Amino acid sequence: MATNTFDQNLGGIQDPFAGVDFSQLERSLRRPRTFIDSFLNLATTVLTLLALIPLFSAVLMLLWRGGKRLGTAVLTSLPPAPLEQGGGFGNAIVGTTVMVGMAMLITVPFGILTAVYLAQSNSKIAETVRFCAKVLTGFPSILAGVFAYGTIVLVTGGYSSLAGSVALSVLMLPTIILTSEDAIRMVPSRMKEAAIGMGATPTQTVCMVLLPTALPGILTGVMLAVARAAGETAPLIFTALFSNYWLWEHGHAQLMQPTASLAVLIYNFAGMPFRNQVELAWAAALVLVLMVLAANLAGQALSAKRVQR
Amino acid sequence: MSAKPSTQVTNGAPAPNGNTAALAKINHEEVVVDCHIRELYYGSFKAVRDTQIPIKKNSITAFIGPSGCGKSTVLRCLNRMNDLVRGFRFEGHVRYRGRDIYGHGIDPVAVRRFIGMVFQQPNPFATSIFNNVAFGLRLNGYKGDKTAKVEKALRGAALWEEVKDKLNKSGLSLSGGQQQRLCIARAIATEPEVLLMDEPCSALDPIATRKIEELMTELSQKFTIAIVTHNLQQAQRVADYTGFLYVDTTQGGRTGYLVEFNKSKHLFDDPQHPHTQQYIRGEFS
Repeated sequence: MATNTFDQNLGGIQDPFAGVDFSQLERSLRRPRTFIDSFLNLATTVLTLLALIPLFSAVLMLLWRGGKRLGTAVLTSLPPAPLEQGGGFGNAIVGTTVMVGMAMLITVPFGILTAVYLAQSNSKIAETVRFCAKVLTGFPSILAGVFAYGTIVLVTGGYSSLAGSVALSVLMLPTIILTSEDAIRMVPSRMKEAAIGMGATPTQTVCMVLLPTALPGILTGVMLAVARAAGETAPLIFTALFSNYWLWEHGHAQLMQPTASLAVLIYNFAGMPFRNQVELAWAAALVLVLMVLAANLAGQALSAKRVQR
Repeated sequence: MSAKPSTQVTNGAPAPNGNTAALAKINHEEVVVDCHIRELYYGSFKAVRDTQIPIKKNSITAFIGPSGCGKSTVLRCLNRMNDLVRGFRFEGHVRYRGRDIYGHGIDPVAVRRFIGMVFQQPNPFATSIFNNVAFGLRLNGYKGDKTAKVEKALRGAALWEEVKDKLNKSGLSLSGGQQQRLCIARAIATEPEVLLMDEPCSALDPIATRKIEELMTELSQKFTIAIVTHNLQQAQRVADYTGFLYVDTTQGGRTGYLVEFNKSKHLFDDPQHPHTQQYIRGEFS
């Protein structure tokens, strides 16, 4: 046997492993740190699954209840009157898209320029602005509506999609500022140094290095803000109200007229005692979720493409 | 390791007379950058004093010395990178082709286009290899054929053969040594006259280091190079001139100053100052 020859070869030399307790090498749950480790491993898995239950059940419910009515008809027609059958929420889709789009046009330039300033500066002003942005993230959305009501609706004399987008932009701004600032600060300082060392002006450094490198993070922030704004109801009730007609009428966009939105449509229809309207509310909810999802995926695809190049 | 001489060292006196003599020997007509730092502060901290280094055309000048002796600070003075540090103050002058770059009406951004920089950590941008090299061309609004310029710079940095088929890949996908050569390519694409290199090999393995050293020797035919290095052998291998800086702790702070400057051969074979002798013998690092 091999062991025998090995022992013989050892001759008079003592077994080097004598006195080593090999049971120490075995995995045992009786050892406290092994036990804690296994327990926490299990706990993270179970709690993750638990947390996913409400999420998935909500999505499944939406698919189940909203999927029934989904079709080209609901996407292209106007909301039905009470007791009327059929109809849809095409104007609300357009309204939400236009208002969120206009809100983006307002907030993205402001938000990103503010973020650039905050990321470069630690002055008192920057600190104050950052603090305000943090406070604004928790700003009750209904107050954003009141603000736009006071500044736009009362001044222009009527509910309008412009007022709606101003209200939404108040809600989007802090998210965009804070996530963009983070994204810009995450750009390694050596890249900034490299640009300055090449003889880049501060503007060139920001435009050619900091912003392109931070772009994925900035896009994430914009998408988060869009997702939040698209689902807001309260500020729109004060500002854009609702409309049963298309935004595009008489050959041009009626930006100064009351405008439909998916969120307000869901709010209005879900409480109605008519089956048709309730079904449409479910379908609208599904469409809203899909729109936000699509925007998210598009943003991610865009930023992934940028990073590859 | 901190600078802790093993044998007793007389306190850091200003450069001895022998040094001034060596400086005088260097033909001043060929000096591209004449660096004369009388005092340099970060806030109230005096970082460097009494350092005079002439950097000659098409030569490699190395700054050596123990950690914290201010050799990187001196190097960063030469293209005003220290301007970014809050509280930076400077007395003295840095003359580039006779003109003080700290003088009135000088734009530090423009200075850095004549005096380029390669950093300790390879720092390519998160974009393609091509765009990395073309960065400087874009900065200057270069309208001509970027492809030719990029190829020339990559060839100059001995990287062309390795990347010519993947110019659209991210610069960050390269190995550390390749990234550093990419940074060199980026720096030389705009054809600055002077190239400052701040410990360009300290993050690299020996093979990549050897490549960069060969590259430096080659580049010195077209460019004027100043390099900070922690590696004595490196200075010996590549540098035509070497300056040794040391830390003066006698006045409370840790102030770096130039102890000795000479042709590398003389400095390493026959160091004049006791600090230099000890440092070169490896008695402290």
